[in-house]
Amino acid sequence: MVASRAIGCLRRFANASRTLHHCSGYICRNFSRSSALLARSHINYGIKDDVAVIRINSPNSKVNTLNQELQSEFMEVMNEIWASDQVKSAVLISSKPGCFIAGADINMIAACKTPQEVTRLSQEGQKMFEKLENSPKPIVAAISGSCLGGGLELAISCQYRIATRDKKTVLGVPEVLLGILPGAGGTQRLPQMVGVPAAFDMMLTGRNIRADRAKKMGLVDQLVEPLGPGVKPPEERTIEYLEEIAVTFAKGLADKKISLKRSKGLMDKLTSYAMGIPFVRQQVYKKVEEQVRKQTKGLYPAPLKIIDVVKTGLEEGKDAGYLSESQKFGELAMTKESKALIGLYHGQVLCKKNKFGTPQREVKNIAVLGAGLMGAGIAQVSVDKGLKTILKDATLTGLSRGQQQVFKGLNDKVKKKTLTSFERDFIFNNLTGQLDYQSFEKADMVIEAVFEDINLKHKVLKEVEEVIPAHCVFASNTSALPINEIASVSKRPEKVIGMHYFSPVDKMQLLEIITTPKTSKDTTASAVAVGLKQGKVIIVVKDGPGFYTTRCLAPMMSEVIRILQEGIGPKKLDSLTTGFGFPVGAATLVDEVGVDVAKHVAEDLGKAFGERFAGGSLELLKQMVSKGFLGRKSGKGFYVYKEGVKSKDLNSDMDSVLAGLQVSPKPEVSSDEDIQYRLVSRFVNEAALCLQEEILATPAEGDIGAVFGLGFPPCLGGPFRFVDLYGAQKIVDRLRRYEAAYGKQFTPCQLLIDQASAGKKFYQ
Amino acid sequence: MTWVTGRLLCGWAPVQTSTKKTLAKPNVRNIVVVEGVRIPFLLSGTSYKDLMPHDLARAALSSLLIKTNVPKEVVDYIIFGTVIQEVKTSNVAREAALGAGFSDKTPAHTVTMACISANQAMTTGVGLIASGQSDVIVAGGVELMSDVPIRHSRKMRKMMLDLNKAKTLGQRLSLISKFRLNFLTPELPAVAEFSTSETMGHSADRLAASFAVSRLEQDEYALRSHRLAKKAQDEGLLSDVVPFKVPGKETVTKDNGIRPSSLEQMAKLKPAFVKPYGTVTAANSSFLTDGASAMLIMAEDKALAMGYKPKAYLRDFVYVSQDPKDQLLLGPTYATPKVLEKAGLTLKDIDAFEFHEAFSGQILANFKAMDSDWFAQNYMGRKAKVGSPPLEKFNNWGGSLSLGHPFGATGCRLVMAAANRLRKEGGQFGLVAACAAGGQGHAMIVETYPK
Repeated sequence: MVASRAIGCLRRFANASRTLHHCSGYICRNFSRSSALLARSHINYGIKDDVAVIRINSPNSKVNTLNQELQSEFMEVMNEIWASDQVKSAVLISSKPGCFIAGADINMIAACKTPQEVTRLSQEGQKMFEKLENSPKPIVAAISGSCLGGGLELAISCQYRIATRDKKTVLGVPEVLLGILPGAGGTQRLPQMVGVPAAFDMMLTGRNIRADRAKKMGLVDQLVEPLGPGVKPPEERTIEYLEEIAVTFAKGLADKKISLKRSKGLMDKLTSYAMGIPFVRQQVYKKVEEQVRKQTKGLYPAPLKIIDVVKTGLEEGKDAGYLSESQKFGELAMTKESKALIGLYHGQVLCKKNKFGTPQREVKNIAVLGAGLMGAGIAQVSVDKGLKTILKDATLTGLSRGQQQVFKGLNDKVKKKTLTSFERDFIFNNLTGQLDYQSFEKADMVIEAVFEDINLKHKVLKEVEEVIPAHCVFASNTSALPINEIASVSKRPEKVIGMHYFSPVDKMQLLEIITTPKTSKDTTASAVAVGLKQGKVIIVVKDGPGFYTTRCLAPMMSEVIRILQEGIGPKKLDSLTTGFGFPVGAATLVDEVGVDVAKHVAEDLGKAFGERFAGGSLELLKQMVSKGFLGRKSGKGFYVYKEGVKSKDLNSDMDSVLAGLQVSPKPEVSSDEDIQYRLVSRFVNEAALCLQEEILATPAEGDIGAVFGLGFPPCLGGPFRFVDLYGAQKIVDRLRRYEAAYGKQFTPCQLLIDQASAGKKFYQ
Repeated sequence: MTWVTGRLLCGWAPVQTSTKKTLAKPNVRNIVVVEGVRIPFLLSGTSYKDLMPHDLARAALSSLLIKTNVPKEVVDYIIFGTVIQEVKTSNVAREAALGAGFSDKTPAHTVTMACISANQAMTTGVGLIASGQSDVIVAGGVELMSDVPIRHSRKMRKMMLDLNKAKTLGQRLSLISKFRLNFLTPELPAVAEFSTSETMGHSADRLAASFAVSRLEQDEYALRSHRLAKKAQDEGLLSDVVPFKVPGKETVTKDNGIRPSSLEQMAKLKPAFVKPYGTVTAANSSFLTDGASAMLIMAEDKALAMGYKPKAYLRDFVYVSQDPKDQLLLGPTYATPKVLEKAGLTLKDIDAFEFHEAFSGQILANFKAMDSDWFAQNYMGRKAKVGSPPLEKFNNWGGSLSLGHPFGATGCRLVMAAANRLRKEGGQFGLVAACAAGGQGHAMIVETYPK
């Protein structure tokens, strides 16, 4: 299904997935590397000439996380260094390739019960970093790999930063994506370091900044080029080299041969001059706040608090700034929004793993049938990751369009300078366009993305099974057709599986994988492996009409139609839904999905689920289709779409259609809030039913699917997290109230009732 | 070290040549170098700066004709290497040959393979002779870095081409109205590797760092190159150099890039590519050079029949290629063990090494790579290292760092240096190796011709 477009926030959320990581159950090991060394598990240090080289290497984890053990060991080491006459300067480096420090330990915060406890954590961090900042001996942070959150706050407390110019080296403060703020001095130091506007941008978007950009911003002082192989593996030698360079600079700083003064460009000078004027500052705060309010609809408290804290620091001085930072940090950590976002983070980590194990055969060659939007999108994310991909279509025009889409997708990356033109060509070469089944005998997986018609799907499945090898998986990208029905004509149903991608495939992170009772575990493992390779977050669900995502969306869509029939205009409806936290308004969503698709799904699922999916009249969609109002793709739906025009006007021809189908609203359930909850409660109820019927294996997958595939408000954390935070009883009560007005469509499912009566939560 | 070998060579010669087998193969024609010449290699922007590439090539070719006295009609084919092409003379081999007094019945073509273009010219000739297609080949190379094709921008070119096609004044005016000032920004020939967008010096600096080659080591090596070149020049060992009367200027008789300095002076230079802490500087890199070389290659039987006394055999050769990003300049490391294996030799059998010196750091990194079992096993798929060439046999008459490096012409200089050194120093086998842009490399065994 062409589902909702993800807003930037969601996409960026993905980037945060690598950022914060809990490492638990470490084993204490004794390092004995130098005389200056005590037995420490996270940190060891040695002395090169008069430079102390502090190496961070948390045991049994791919990443270093700022947890309490690491922090206390670090301070111990620093105290020794400060006390030592032998040492004049220090270098701080990670021994892990690909990770400097990935952030603070989230579980450290999650373990706190009160805001005061969290505030205390923040204050400890602040004190530690302030000591570093005031270090009489210069400290050089040598950064290779992710330097995020608390890791970046640590780095900017040092006197000098050197980073490898590697794709893996990213700097950022992604806290806002978890509903919190940089709580260890970051809100105070960043504005000093990169200027107020850039600091706001970093903190409010949580975006990752690559090393070369960081250098331009003044976030790092020097870049080091990643090295190729020498007499050691490249990663190992690169870190060694980084250390050598950092030691040189540390000596230079200690001897005052290298100045700490940064030469600023004209723009920087102008900016910092302008920010020195109180009036300008006030205007900047105002502007940023306006923008944040507009984008978050006030649903996310963290960005506003970040602005507040920065403002306090700049206007009232450092002490007030630190105090405000730690207090707001404590408050934010206790908010529902933060819990929801952190929940999503954990869910995402879970959905980035293959719990079905390693497939027997690695998929290297895939074939995609159908070069439409979806097919080409799937091809794009596949070639991008080095999979040899055949894109097959029935017509040359269709095929060319698809090939062009893949090329454009890659070329856009060239324009954004994330790829070179050479890399683009190299990647594009993984794609073979063809009209026949040549070379399908080498395919390890075929993903069909032909038109949603069961007869057509049967036809291609039979054709493909004639030409593919025995081990080849046949995956169907369908949004609603049951996989077992598609598999019914297969000679090898154990190799048939559903892979439901979301449009646009290169932007939407979710992949919903659908297994039938006959699908083998190895087939599932293969599909998940391919999806992970394509960079997707994956939920695996059981087969059934609409699977999970489409099924949840359908009753909500039915309610959308009813609300429109009750006389709420599309614009009002859109603002109500976005006001609740959906990235795209409900009426716009129908236009984006395609009215014909929505109608198709509504009919199919209506048949399968009967009364529960009723509500709005299907007639509305039927009439729209017959008038050619198919949504964005036909230029008209609820709105009018024109090429190159961003603002959209209502489609005035819809007035008569809506007027003809009008029903009278029920005033007792028609307040703005009720309308929002009528939509959401039907969604949530259906999601719970999917868990009850075991379509879903876990609530976490349900939340990830809803947020990443359907745009369920991230601040609510997904339908299940929402029930937990909002209260199952309250949801049931609401459903009952709507049930009284409309009947069965709102009858709460047994699972919700049980949760409510037992006071249980989906997440313990 | 070199002055010692210089004095002792008479004593060494008979011992070495008599103890080793020759690399002649049954049923394969022996191919010999009869003679090779080069005009002096000059820093670009000096005496050759007003000439065109084919002028340099012509000078080398006509000197070869004079020095060898070869009747022009016996030359079957002419092949030249070049890198930065002058668009007016894209087949520079033909333009130069015509002007140099070769027969207009002798076909000529131009090859390009970055810094191993002349090597490609020679081995193309070897192929023609070995396969029986030709008996006498002239191979060479040329580069003129004093002038490079600087183009109009693509937008400007497009507009100019469209203007050509415009028929009416209206069409012309409407085209001209689309002109923007930025159309005038010129396009320089790429200094960066096309596939990676990285300049070679930058890659060399990273390579040196990968193998932990220090700045001091690099400067020392560069100084050695210049000192040896100076000495070879002073002692008249560079016998392949022929004087060139530059039109409108003085006669050039020797290479002008040799400038032995001191380590202290060299240490003062700032890094040229990786700033501010890199190790590759102007002093330990090869410089932009103008120059041309040419060589007469024949089937041995033909040469003997014509009464020539050949200088050397051209034996086995290989071309290799690898990752153009991180191993751009490691060609010699990959090519050396391969060509030795092919010829059935070991490193110990080699008496004269002539490696192309793009950068000190590149040479020293290659030494370390060749001396590393880990590298051989993990990157070359070999069981063990080939070993690093002994320095006392290595580039004893200077190298590209000091003599200069006209991209397209260096290959012939390397082969002639190997051949002449073997004759002077008395060895039997020489090994020529070079790296090239694109992550490619070449190596060839040169066997001295028995006296």
